[in-house]
Amino acid sequence: MSELINPLHRFIRPGVTSTTNCPGCGNGIVAQAILRAIDELSMDLDDCVFASGIGCSAWVPSPFFNADVLHTTHGRPIAFALGIKMGLPQKKVMVVSGDGDLAAIGGNHLIHNARRNVEMTVICLNNSIYGMTGGQAAPTTPMGLKTTTTPYGAYENTFDISNLVIAAGASFVARWTTYHPRQLTASIKKAIRKKGFSFIEVITQCPVQYGRKTGSGSAVEMLREYKEKSVSVKEAAKLSEEDLQDRIIVGELIDKEKPEMVEEIMKMKKRASGENS
Amino acid sequence: MKGKRILTGKYFMMGNTACAEGAIAAGCELAAGYPITPATEIANRLAERFPQVGGVFLQVEDEISAIAAIIGASWTGKKVITATSGPGISLMLENIGFAVGVETPCVIVNVQRGAPTTGMPTAGVTGDMVQVKRGSHGDYEIIALCPSSPQEMFDHTVLAFNYAEKYRTPVFILSDAFVGHMREEVVIPPPEQIETVYRKLPEPGTDPTQIKGFLDEDVAPMPIFGRGFKAHVTSSCHDEYGKRNLSDVSALDHFVRKLSNKILKHKDEIIRVEKNYQDAEVVLVSYGAVSRAAAMAALRAGEEGLAVGTFRLITAWPFPEEEIEKMARKAKKIIVLENNLGQLYPYIKAAAAHYADVYFLPPRVLGEIHDPENILKKIREVIQ
Repeated sequence: MSELINPLHRFIRPGVTSTTNCPGCGNGIVAQAILRAIDELSMDLDDCVFASGIGCSAWVPSPFFNADVLHTTHGRPIAFALGIKMGLPQKKVMVVSGDGDLAAIGGNHLIHNARRNVEMTVICLNNSIYGMTGGQAAPTTPMGLKTTTTPYGAYENTFDISNLVIAAGASFVARWTTYHPRQLTASIKKAIRKKGFSFIEVITQCPVQYGRKTGSGSAVEMLREYKEKSVSVKEAAKLSEEDLQDRIIVGELIDKEKPEMVEEIMKMKKRASGENS
Repeated sequence: MKGKRILTGKYFMMGNTACAEGAIAAGCELAAGYPITPATEIANRLAERFPQVGGVFLQVEDEISAIAAIIGASWTGKKVITATSGPGISLMLENIGFAVGVETPCVIVNVQRGAPTTGMPTAGVTGDMVQVKRGSHGDYEIIALCPSSPQEMFDHTVLAFNYAEKYRTPVFILSDAFVGHMREEVVIPPPEQIETVYRKLPEPGTDPTQIKGFLDEDVAPMPIFGRGFKAHVTSSCHDEYGKRNLSDVSALDHFVRKLSNKILKHKDEIIRVEKNYQDAEVVLVSYGAVSRAAAMAALRAGEEGLAVGTFRLITAWPFPEEEIEKMARKAKKIIVLENNLGQLYPYIKAAAAHYADVYFLPPRVLGEIHDPENILKKIREVIQ
């Protein structure tokens, strides 16, 4: 009898047999969506270079993906990815990291590389909490929520990361939840092919540091909540701001063409070296 | 191509410009930086020259991004540089530790200025001498060169790239506002006379699971990206294969020691000093711009019939402890000259004080270059 092997298993680094993810973590759903997108595009992992930062979601590519992976310092993976893209413009550079990493400590690199519209795909796993350090409030934590650093309820306004990245100038932005793996895969495929800065926010469950501690329940309950709260971009357009409070707008939020920085640099180099004159 | 890569010839050139030319001559292809006085001319020159010869200068949002971008690009196989001053280095320090931890060749120029904090940007004060060695958290070794002239801004930049590539490590140029902004004769040699080194790589086609790409005291081949090496690069504690280990402290011990020993084992090949203390009773120890005043003071002292020699640290790190000890065994008195309140002085004293009396002399006013007359006064004082 032949052994049954997951077709995506070929993308997993040999020798890596266990995961550090907690039971019910959304990392696995996102990891599968990324690998499935690469598979469906008939790409090889050698066509890609991955960069990640610090936090649970940064462990999606590192060490699991059998590819070139740079596991960087907290908040900086996009800044490292910029250098990687400059050195290997023909490769697909993908950053996989969390909301704390990309939108709190690393916010400056996020907005500036979105502005530059450097071709890279950034997948932001947004679990609205600092999971690895034990459930501290993040810029994405809902107002009023009790966390380990907001024991009397969070008192800060919440970041809408996708809107931030749109405003900064990215050419492709989508938002999904871990309840939408198929739609997520389709958007990742588009993002990989996009000539520009593409950003995908994935609302994902942390059943241990968020679900258990805040009373949001188990992974299944959190996924059910995402299902109920999600509203498509099209539907959302018909609703008032009040109706949209506490809802998750999902779908492709922006998809436009604009100058991409690496291409613009190539043009500038031609001008400077006199190749066009 | 419009521009020549190596501008062979004789020039009247600013130190910072010479540094940029040294980088291009060494084969550097990517720089990233953020404007800062007194280092900005390096960025300006690279931004102008690089596109003409196939390179790129990226002006990024902050120095954290600058060091991150060059480390990322170094992992694609490019030779890379960033230039800044003290405040920029302070921002870079975490990622400098990252570069040390994952053994990334890169050159970092610190054109030091009046500090602490925002200090006085146009004043030349070598106040960051220990920061480069101890600034990022944890135990690590670093290589740092101290140019004293525009010519050395060129020569040391080439040398810094060679050290970075050979030992897979960040290498510092510890310049200052005096040397960075100084204009002097700079000779750029013909290409065949400029020695350039490129890092060792794994054999193409090597089974990725068999590549020992880290933690070799004799420098592991670098499994750069884009060649199918499937490199797992993490600055967290890892083994020779890059595999993370966060539970076994003996793995941490191994990680820290191997990284340090990679530099210490080769320190005799790295360390450079300039010695001129034959039969000297008093030796003036200095580095960088101050060494120019020291040489002048020694000359004047000689004219007075005093036996005064000089010892110049070209590499501040790894620290030339043995060379200093050797010198101290011959000299009776040592005067350490620094344009700060004594940063390398404790290290020099520790190496020398068993054999000679060690004194320290800052300039009369920090940020001024030492007055040779003032040094002479100190020499007469210690001889009595």
